[in-house]
Amino acid sequence: MEGGVVYENDLNLKATELRLGLPGTERNEEQPVSCTRNNKRPLPETRDQDGGTKAKYDAPHADPDTPHAPKAQIVGWPPIRSYRKNSLQQPKQTEAESAGMYVKVSMDGAPYLRKIDLKVYKGYPELLKALENMFKFTIGEYSEREGYKGSEYAPTYEDKDGDWMLVGDVPWDMFMSSCKRMRVMKGSEARGLGCGA
Amino acid sequence: MLRMARSLPEEVLEHVFSFIHSDKDRNAISMVCKSWYEIERWCRRRIFVGNCYAVNPSMVIRRFPEVRSVELKGKPHFADFNLVPDGWGGYVYPWIAAMANAYPWLEEISLKRMVVTDETLELIAKSFKNFKVLVLSSCEGFSTDGLAAIAANCRNLRQLDLRESEVDDPSGHWLSHFPDSFTSLVSLNISCLGSEVNFSALEHLVGRCPNLRTLRLNRAVPLDRLANILRRAPQLVELGAGTYSAELRPDVFSSIAGAFSGCKELKSLSGFWDVVPGYLPAIYPICSSLTSLNLSYATIQSPDLVKLVSQCQSLQRLWVLDYIEDIGLEALAAFCKDLQELRVFPSEPFALEPNVSLTEQGLVSVSEGCLKLHSVLYFCRQMTNDALVTIARNCPKMTRFRLCIIEPRTSDYITLQPLDDGFGAIVEHCKDLRRLSLSGLLTDRVFEYIGTHAKKLEMLSVAFAGDSDLGLHHVLYGCENLRKLEIRDCPFGDKALLANAAKLETMRSLWMSSCSVSFGACKLLGQKMPRLNIEVIDERGPPDSRPESCPVEKLYIYRTLAGPRFDMPGFVWTMDEDSALRFS
Repeated sequence: MEGGVVYENDLNLKATELRLGLPGTERNEEQPVSCTRNNKRPLPETRDQDGGTKAKYDAPHADPDTPHAPKAQIVGWPPIRSYRKNSLQQPKQTEAESAGMYVKVSMDGAPYLRKIDLKVYKGYPELLKALENMFKFTIGEYSEREGYKGSEYAPTYEDKDGDWMLVGDVPWDMFMSSCKRMRVMKGSEARGLGCGA
Repeated sequence: MLRMARSLPEEVLEHVFSFIHSDKDRNAISMVCKSWYEIERWCRRRIFVGNCYAVNPSMVIRRFPEVRSVELKGKPHFADFNLVPDGWGGYVYPWIAAMANAYPWLEEISLKRMVVTDETLELIAKSFKNFKVLVLSSCEGFSTDGLAAIAANCRNLRQLDLRESEVDDPSGHWLSHFPDSFTSLVSLNISCLGSEVNFSALEHLVGRCPNLRTLRLNRAVPLDRLANILRRAPQLVELGAGTYSAELRPDVFSSIAGAFSGCKELKSLSGFWDVVPGYLPAIYPICSSLTSLNLSYATIQSPDLVKLVSQCQSLQRLWVLDYIEDIGLEALAAFCKDLQELRVFPSEPFALEPNVSLTEQGLVSVSEGCLKLHSVLYFCRQMTNDALVTIARNCPKMTRFRLCIIEPRTSDYITLQPLDDGFGAIVEHCKDLRRLSLSGLLTDRVFEYIGTHAKKLEMLSVAFAGDSDLGLHHVLYGCENLRKLEIRDCPFGDKALLANAAKLETMRSLWMSSCSVSFGACKLLGQKMPRLNIEVIDERGPPDSRPESCPVEKLYIYRTLAGPRFDMPGFVWTMDEDSALRFS
């Protein structure tokens, strides 16, 4: 930009002097201020009003190529009024809202499939409990690193792109909107998935 | 000078003052001397309170005893995007109650982002005998019962405008409460209502009000009803159609087309939900005289949009969905040389991939072809610094520029650089810029440009931008006319805020959410700045249950003469002089 102000080395310090106190007060020591330097929130992720989870922020310049960049909806972004969002009437969404979100669930070794309504469950714990009851088996402990430990079974789902994913990796809302059907894998296949393959 | 002021009789001064309408000028007059202050306050008829908590009703009434028109605003702007939790405040009832006693001759009430109850509407309906104008913009809290009270009691009502309010409307029967003798309606806007109104009551109302100029219908009014309504009101200047969809039938078409061509005064069109493109030619005959067109609900594609806008040579304002695409904006630039305001809304705001071919090029085309363009709201998915520089050079008279690149922190897609230089060009070239909204990848540099050049800037909206407190400092230090600043998800903390505390008293308000301002800094500000309300809004529980250095969720700071308010919900804390004691 022509005639731009050089900012890096030539700040007019007197005029723009930043202190922690108010102008006119004399403070010689800066109070230590922790957990304010970057955008990371000190609290764990919480559900926001709209039902989505807050997106994670790393450094201010987020790398768009990160494979795990979560595309969870951010509250109030993009800045569009609710009545506008509602009037755009995306038909798929309204169908899901009124009819429930039924997905087929297959279990390795079971003779027939079942169907469950994902909307009935508030989160993964409830869903997994329901699966355990439905098919009379136990799912192991979930960890991000190792999947489901301590059991022969691994709950998986097919997402919109046709890929088979381990249930529990993505935020609940994202799972709800991308899950097409589920399969409870058993045996060696299950163990393969569980080892972060 | 003093001798002159005293030598002119009051009546003469009052007569002179009656030609002065703007608040700024009236305020200036009142500061000349004590007698002018006295004369002016008795003859001020309109008041505007930009923040309903900046002053309390009794103060206003005490100073201005003969007011006829009141305009109030409540919640901060970011409430439009669900960033202000429900129950925060903005209740208008105390104002109406006070004015019911003090201003029996009140004629106009305009409210924006306030909570209005049915009780409030009933009080308005029975307190003001000469009530004429009710505008409820983005308000909530009332139902059609309240509207029925207004309809039944306000004999001289001229304008009822519910623009973008949230109304609990179980039924449309409220409209029938306008008595048969009621004929004074000039403007009716019910476009936000969800349910059907009684159509025959509507038609009868429209038919018996010869001065009706503005009629904005809601989505529930079907196309076949529109023709009947238009035939009863050929004098309409502004029309909001309802659903613009029906089975394509030649008889229905000719009925609609005939009705439209009978409306020789039509200048403004809006509504148009669920458009069936086959019915669009019905409005072609009136296109050339249209100055304002709001197609932001119309899901029609660019070929149909091009056919339409290319006939609107007098168009000054266009609101449209991004279905118009770059190609449609090129047509706009070619045919609509009088265009002043453009708003392009996203058809699929949450889609990850673009669904339409709308890029920075569309806006560049409009800036090249429409030399009077001064107000822009543009949602898109990509931008370059070059495009912004071009737009800035083409539109030096820009006054409002709001760009929303949908993905936060998106860089210039060609150079991969931040968009600092592009927005810098906007503030450098557009010397009359009053309102600016930023988006895309931005460093502290853009704020330095803004602080250096944007001397007329009054309102700035910032999201996902900046690197450090220096960014915020540049804005607070440099923008001399800044009145409203709203910030979300930026790494701004205590330093800049505390160093510029005095600046906050020269502004209407500051909003900061998901930033890094600590509770300790809020308390400090509250202690030192008694004429500011420092509101900490935090749904995680009391701020003193966390370390002082912990950032607050949301912060709303505004200047006030009324002190801390008494209607705060459990998740809002005001930092005042006593807060140090209360929170220790």
